[in-house]
Amino acid sequence: MSKISLIIKREFLTRVKKKSFLIMTILGPLLMAGLFIVPIYITQLSDEEKIIEVLDETGMFYNKFENSENLKFEHIYTDINTARENFSETKYYALLYIPKTELKVPSDAFLYSDKNPNIHLKSYIKDVIIKEVESLKLAASGIDKDVLKSIKSTVNLKTFKITEEGELKKSSAEINMALGLFSGILIYFFIFLFGAQVMRGVIEEKTSRIVEVIISSVRPFQLMMGKIVGVALVGLTQLLLWIILTFAIITLVKTAFPETFKSSATEQSIIRANIPGQELQNKQAPTDEVAKITSNDEVNQVLDAINSINFGVMIFSFIFFFLGGYLLYAALFAAIGSAVDNETDTQQFMLPITIPLIFSIIMAQFVTSNPDGPVAFWLSIIPLTSPIIMMIRIPFGVPYFDLTLSIVLLILGFLGAIWFAAKIYRTGILMYGKKISYKELWKWLRYRN
Amino acid sequence: MDVLTATDITKNYANHTALDSLSIRVPEQSIFGLLGPNGAGKTTLIRIINQIIAPDVGELLFQNKKMSSAFTRNIGYLPEERGLYKKMKVGEQALYLAQLKGLSRYDALQKLKFWFKKFEIIGWWNKKVEELSKGMQQKIQFIVTIIHDPKLLIFDEPFSGFDPINVNLLKEEILKLRENGATIIFSTHNMASVEELCDDIVLIDNAKKILEGNVREIKNTYKSNTFEVEYEGGIGEAETILPKEIKILSTTQDHNITKVKIQATSSGHPNNILSSIIPHAKIISFNEILPTMNEIFISKVNEKFNIGNN
Repeated sequence: MSKISLIIKREFLTRVKKKSFLIMTILGPLLMAGLFIVPIYITQLSDEEKIIEVLDETGMFYNKFENSENLKFEHIYTDINTARENFSETKYYALLYIPKTELKVPSDAFLYSDKNPNIHLKSYIKDVIIKEVESLKLAASGIDKDVLKSIKSTVNLKTFKITEEGELKKSSAEINMALGLFSGILIYFFIFLFGAQVMRGVIEEKTSRIVEVIISSVRPFQLMMGKIVGVALVGLTQLLLWIILTFAIITLVKTAFPETFKSSATEQSIIRANIPGQELQNKQAPTDEVAKITSNDEVNQVLDAINSINFGVMIFSFIFFFLGGYLLYAALFAAIGSAVDNETDTQQFMLPITIPLIFSIIMAQFVTSNPDGPVAFWLSIIPLTSPIIMMIRIPFGVPYFDLTLSIVLLILGFLGAIWFAAKIYRTGILMYGKKISYKELWKWLRYRN
Repeated sequence: MDVLTATDITKNYANHTALDSLSIRVPEQSIFGLLGPNGAGKTTLIRIINQIIAPDVGELLFQNKKMSSAFTRNIGYLPEERGLYKKMKVGEQALYLAQLKGLSRYDALQKLKFWFKKFEIIGWWNKKVEELSKGMQQKIQFIVTIIHDPKLLIFDEPFSGFDPINVNLLKEEILKLRENGATIIFSTHNMASVEELCDDIVLIDNAKKILEGNVREIKNTYKSNTFEVEYEGGIGEAETILPKEIKILSTTQDHNITKVKIQATSSGHPNNILSSIIPHAKIISFNEILPTMNEIFISKVNEKFNIGNN
């Protein structure tokens, strides 16, 4: 076995065998699945039924408040003082009191409750009252209700994307955004999590002083690259396990509680869109026809939009930018690790690395709102920000020129980073007890060997 | 044949010169002492030999062939600042390091088992390194250094951290390694072990070589015709019976045994001194006092320091 593969093997196995890896592997999917399942579950969760008693002195609102699954309105006919006195002994959630006024239409309403009524309830009540008051006012000014109804209109703006083959494809900015942000953030976390692992590994070898023994057997470059590749494999393994386990959990929950998920097909398709592993399946779906495109079904709309994304490019880009970004940053992390004696000294060198990463995440929202603008273009070309920003742009469709340029520059970027890191690394790992400055690093870069 | 020949090795760093045109020859199957005060450039030289760093100028030959990283398989290196992966198991780690030296997994396992049994540490195989004491870790490091039967072994302060029993064990192993054909470069500040083990030495100070040669020859060169006589008997004053040209350095009396340290002129033969005492007392011992390597080391390093000051 070649020396570098021995190193990779060790780096991989020692990390995978750790308890923390096992914990992360189990916890990750639980969190991810939770992220998708819990919101759906919560919306489905029938809140305890709330009954609101309505004391309507005007008599205008009889049957105007519609009962829903967990919100019921019951009209009562007493005076407000008795109602308020009796309120605490009743099962009612709140008491709505609309007093009679001298004016033709009411302008005040009161909601009494022993709890803090939630916003939805308040806005619902407000809406109903406003609507009723408005129509009363309109009727008073002589406008017929039917005329009013005919004026009210809704417009459903459908967006299409014309592909290079002239095909029409439905697109959805929301889904593109979700997909882009999700993969961008995933890359961000991967770089930070596993880049820091590379750094810690280098510091461990340096402080335990095993490094001098090892580099008398292998070249420092082999040791550094072995570590970077080994940790990358750990990351990919973890990611793969996460995807598999997340699906297992979601499927399990779906089969266990089919009722909960029946009515939420829309959310489910968004879930699908968010998870890279599922993308392959969607790719197999038949291409759209105009007839289908015009279909009004909400579920289909989402599916169509997902189909409009080029998943071949998406998956390729994800893997490329995932690994490319990691290689670039992991090399820099390794260089930092080699230059310091312990983790607390890393601060000053971490800053220039974390700034472009955090900047990418800050700019992410902006890029999704204008994925073809100059800011998005430049940030997706510069190797330090491109892994995250380009991934955010991909679902919106990126010209092949931009993509190629970005890929070429990222390759140059990580080759440069590895070259730079190797120079720092081979000097740094043999330096002890010296406070390293940027000036010192610059000197190391110029050492011949 | 020389195992290692270094010619005019120079290594400069930004602010200082670590090695200044240094040349050494390490004969085959010898124990070669690499001596010098801290910061003299020993570690730099060792790292250059190990191909960890490259010299700016100079040539390095391994068995008369130009040194390259291909030869690192034939070198075993035990650095002064040494360590192991703390969280890794002993056996697993030894296996890893042996394989990095180019042994196959099978060979590495066989040899490790042999050495672990020999050092009676086979029970540690599945322990984590952090559970072991420093001395225990050093044993493992020693085994890992020699596991691939290297032709050239470099030990940097190998005895530090060992108890006297284990120091002896190690000394025996080092001598055995030489018997079996290995050459050993031995860097230490412990001059007693240099006298005990080394055949040749080189003394480096301030990036330059200031002394080199066979240990016995060096000691003879630096001897100062000092003798110690121990005798039993009546005479009170040694001055009265010794030849005039002989200087008495010190006299100690314990009961009726007298110990006298004397310095003769370079021409004076020790037999003459002895014969002048014989009529007066019963001689117990008569020794020539050779300078210790420790004294030579200190005087050489200080001499250079004094010249620098004047």
